[in-house]
Amino acid sequence: MFNDNDTLTTKKAHRGIDQIRADFPILQTTVYGHPLVYLDNAATTQKPNVVLKAMDDYYKIYNSNIHRGVHYLSQKATDAFEVARRRVQEYINAKHEHEIIFTKGTTEAINLVASSFGKRYVKPGDTIMISELEHHSNIIPWQLMCEDRGASLKVIPINEKGELKMEAFDALLDETVKLVAVSFVSNTLGTVNPVKEIIEKAHARNIPVMLDAAQAIQHVGIDVQFLDVDFLAFSGHKMYGPTGVGVLYGKESLLNEMPPYQGGGEMIKTVSFEKSTYNVLPFKFEAGTPNVAEVIGLEVAINYINSIGLDFIREREQQLITYALGQLQEIDELRFIGEAAERAASISFLVGDTHPFDVGELLDKQGIAVRTGHHCTEPLMNIFKIPGTVRASFAFYNTEEEIDKLVKGVKKAAVLLG
Amino acid sequence: MTINEKQDEIVEDFGLFEDWMEKYEYIIQLGKNLPLIEEQYKTPENLIKGCQSKVWLHAEYNDGKLTFTADSDALITKGLVSMVVQVLSGHTPKEISEAELYFIDQIGLRSHLSSTRSNGLFSMLKQIKMYAIAFSSKALQ
Repeated sequence: MFNDNDTLTTKKAHRGIDQIRADFPILQTTVYGHPLVYLDNAATTQKPNVVLKAMDDYYKIYNSNIHRGVHYLSQKATDAFEVARRRVQEYINAKHEHEIIFTKGTTEAINLVASSFGKRYVKPGDTIMISELEHHSNIIPWQLMCEDRGASLKVIPINEKGELKMEAFDALLDETVKLVAVSFVSNTLGTVNPVKEIIEKAHARNIPVMLDAAQAIQHVGIDVQFLDVDFLAFSGHKMYGPTGVGVLYGKESLLNEMPPYQGGGEMIKTVSFEKSTYNVLPFKFEAGTPNVAEVIGLEVAINYINSIGLDFIREREQQLITYALGQLQEIDELRFIGEAAERAASISFLVGDTHPFDVGELLDKQGIAVRTGHHCTEPLMNIFKIPGTVRASFAFYNTEEEIDKLVKGVKKAAVLLG
Repeated sequence: MTINEKQDEIVEDFGLFEDWMEKYEYIIQLGKNLPLIEEQYKTPENLIKGCQSKVWLHAEYNDGKLTFTADSDALITKGLVSMVVQVLSGHTPKEISEAELYFIDQIGLRSHLSSTRSNGLFSMLKQIKMYAIAFSSKALQ
């Protein structure tokens, strides 16, 4: 995998890594006197200049409210906003533009489905199926809805490698299940779940599936029609775009059946004090003035990803993961938490008995940004019986040299904490 | 020594270090001097749970003075806890409740005091102040 450079050149590796890194101003900075080594990409990715400029241009040149103004600026902003919707549609190959709902992030997208789908379809005694790998944001919205509707959660267990136990999934899938909501990629362990299989099996019983794609959208190509997934959620800020914008994809037939999530401007057709009627998709689910600059920034982020090439990104990140796993393995007493065969760009580990927080702090002072703690997956940490992990997560702009610095940093921390 | 004299001494000690790693080595070393909380006191009530690391704290009140024993599951936090305990133990509730702990900021570990970091130390300081206030009102009765 590591000597695959010939293949890479055919997959849009038209620029060197130094040139790619130059697109990201923050990668040129230093912390505590060290050049920044940013390995917290699963928390948020850095932003290329083109995204920053697009947002700046919006505010400087055509800032105005969208969808309602008759004037020039409003028209221009509306056009840019709706171009962004089409760009997202193309990126995930949705059938219709109006199946793309802009939210403020993955969390809001999941809450939207939990609330609206729950009201429409979930009754006492029903269940929602999630997995042990889930981020709190793919647990709590369902828990809240279940409490409200008299329903309960079913949880797909994992094996010691951090992979879903598919035979348990089969056994849990019964007529009480109204929706399966699982992550595409685990934020803590990097496990890539067999989502196609999950969707096929659930659909065989007419059960819809929602995918939390927050950790997948930036690493793998997603085709919602090929997957035949019913709902998909992701965040702009984890795909080189701004914070405050995310996407909910939903099948037209389901979204049309579901009641609105929030009320306000934009989402209505007619309003009277007796009875109001609601706008068509996607506006029915987009109450209030949206984050226009962020949506425009997201469009440019997608263009940027396309210019680098998702195939190139995937291969490059797999190279980095393979290299990092190999190098980290050399450290005495280091153990990986989660060793799934299929994994995306995150590695969780612990060193001997050291506390992840100590390791993270000592890495920080060496200019290396990693994440420590439970990564918003407390139930998962309880299963492994650990307080948390150190997580290094990669993006295509990272380098082998940075991984060497991480390894050196971890060794130094291990000595100090030993 | 007063609370502030002890703090000044710590700040002076830390002035000797050239880089962060030396500083941390010393902090971790100091953790080993921490008067450890007895196992029987490691109860849920004495546990101060941060988002990242845990701190256990036990206070005893004798002859008008408070002494603390503590522990933490993270070594850097333990080192800082050790310094806090050393600075505050053996003082009256009034002195403790009125004390302003500036040394953590001055040795460059202010990040440990931000509530967002919630690693236990911040909550521990609040807890100590609460003990002090509770015991000062007791002392007045």
